[in-house]
Amino acid sequence: MAWDYSEKVKQHYLHPQNVGVVDNANAVGEIGSMVCGDALKLTLKIQEGTDVIEDAKFQTYGCGSAIASSSALTELIKGRTLDEALKITNQDLAVYLDGLPEEKMHCSVMGREALQAAAANYRGEAFVHEEESEYHTVCQCFSVNNLTIEHAIRENNLTSVEQVTHYTKAGGACRNCVPEIEAILQRLVPAAAVPSATDEAPPPMSMFRRIKIIEETLETDIRPALHTDSGGLELLDVSETEITVRFLGRCGSCAQSGSTLDFVQARLEKALGRPTIVREVK
Amino acid sequence: MSMPLVYLDNNATTSVAPEVLEAMLPYLRDAYGNPSSMHDFGGHLSKVVDHARGQLAALIGAHPDEIIFTSCGTESDNTAIASALETQPTKRHLVTTKVEHPALISQMNFLQKKGYEVTFVEVRPDGICEPETVRAAIRPDTAIVSVMWANNETGVINPIAEIAAAVKEKGVLFHTDAVQAVGKEPIDLSVTPVDMLSLSGHKLHAPKGIGALFLRRGTPFRPYIMGGHQENGRRGGTYAVPNIVALGAAAELAGAHMAEERRRVTALRDRLEAGLLERIPAVHRLGNPELRLFNTTAVSFEFIEGEAILLLLSENGVCASSGSACSSGSLEPSHVLRAMGLPFELCHASIRFSFSRYNTDADVDRVLEVTPGIIRELRRISPFTPPELLR
Repeated sequence: MAWDYSEKVKQHYLHPQNVGVVDNANAVGEIGSMVCGDALKLTLKIQEGTDVIEDAKFQTYGCGSAIASSSALTELIKGRTLDEALKITNQDLAVYLDGLPEEKMHCSVMGREALQAAAANYRGEAFVHEEESEYHTVCQCFSVNNLTIEHAIRENNLTSVEQVTHYTKAGGACRNCVPEIEAILQRLVPAAAVPSATDEAPPPMSMFRRIKIIEETLETDIRPALHTDSGGLELLDVSETEITVRFLGRCGSCAQSGSTLDFVQARLEKALGRPTIVREVK
Repeated sequence: MSMPLVYLDNNATTSVAPEVLEAMLPYLRDAYGNPSSMHDFGGHLSKVVDHARGQLAALIGAHPDEIIFTSCGTESDNTAIASALETQPTKRHLVTTKVEHPALISQMNFLQKKGYEVTFVEVRPDGICEPETVRAAIRPDTAIVSVMWANNETGVINPIAEIAAAVKEKGVLFHTDAVQAVGKEPIDLSVTPVDMLSLSGHKLHAPKGIGALFLRRGTPFRPYIMGGHQENGRRGGTYAVPNIVALGAAAELAGAHMAEERRRVTALRDRLEAGLLERIPAVHRLGNPELRLFNTTAVSFEFIEGEAILLLLSENGVCASSGSACSSGSLEPSHVLRAMGLPFELCHASIRFSFSRYNTDADVDRVLEVTPGIIRELRRISPFTPPELLR
């Protein structure tokens, strides 16, 4: 499909500024990979003492907007101090480019991340080390960590999983991490789609109603999500405390079926409004 | 600045042939009647529709009454699959391949949600679907097998006669999406045991909005679009006379040109492909080099990404397409190339050039003139390009 790129974006991918590697760079930031479909290597020459970014160059593997975002980033940060540059948000980058299609906002996030990585490298720190205890990969498919997702949500006022995918790519492939993205959204944006649990004990529920809700949730919510991954799920048994299922198709043989099980459990608990145990039979 | 347009995206859609436009115009102007009307003004148009039906039937070796006009290839595909399930309610299993067009894949995914079981069979690394693989996937409760004749992304042609024979031996219905093959490949359904075949007008120089489903005589059928008695009660909806006339004319034209077109376009395609491979390092040709449509070449350029290539080609007036994730609107690259086992990085960098009878040597010259510079520039920007490629 053709993207609705602004003239500014077009200018930056047709005539990118600051392509290459800075000689004697003292800050290098690398983000992404070829498998993911985009990657950015940022090299900076930072003046010792003043921390002014004297020179900035980039190399980018990716689509037109990835190249444009990288080019724009180098233009924006040159001549600024590192601390000033780090205050530039992905929104600032997008504004500088007269906007990016929402599906391409992850390109602007990548630019900001590369700068953070370069700053950490310059300061002799491990990238994101200050929050290391809370740092882990959420989306395995595109190697997106929780901090990236949290930053994107905060800076861009995101409220849905779909938006998080547009801005970070997380959740864009196997969707196993969708429940975790939902959890992050719920934590950061209390009013977001997912209603928060109450402390009150849930009202009693008949077995008939329990089965009916489970079947409806499987049909309208869970199976559609699994089928995007060529998988499926069979309901085997329902008791007062447990729900027994079997995964079919690709889900059955997937190494990540554990997290798929968590996903199913989270969805069913939400639908039933009470804790429940989902057990898998191979 | 005026720049010549080089259109090499004919697997996406083709231009309407001048002869086809001429043929359909009277039915957009004065002869606007409804063939189903009792009065002569409309009624006589049923002869026009019949004539077009005959022209299309002749192209694929079918009887005219085996042709059902539809709105597009997607409708034909959806109709075929839905009919097979409606007429065999006890059969709950379907077989298709991992490289089908979204028209088929989306319907299969929908059917899975409805509780049907679907086997998506693997293809070889060169993109070919083997008859034996298909045969092995068939079960007693298989309602239909659907395997595309030729793939839209790679042009790879499947051994449809063998696959159809293997499926018929098991007594199962066989459908093929021949949208890319009709008009390019010789198709003779009087000898190839296909039960249902989908085709689309706009891939063979008719306008968009017209397709057809071949339905072999004696094949059980239930309509998908319910309405009046059009198409012998097999597809409701007022006859789209101008489009039907156009498809008939385009079919006749394709039949008349096929041999000459094959010779001339093959030469253009091969010259483009050889030129790219010769002028640009680290390029891969994708799919079986022999068993493929004469108008298609798919290549992949290492270390760069396809959407960026398309944007720069477009800036130079060249229209092509890519299997990259970024150009598809999803975050995952082409399901076809991944099913062939191509690494993600080569999927991201794939470019398809697809020709028509209207392409010229000048088009090939233009692409060969601009592409090496574009690839070099993007490789200069890429962090993964080995320095020796830039010398």
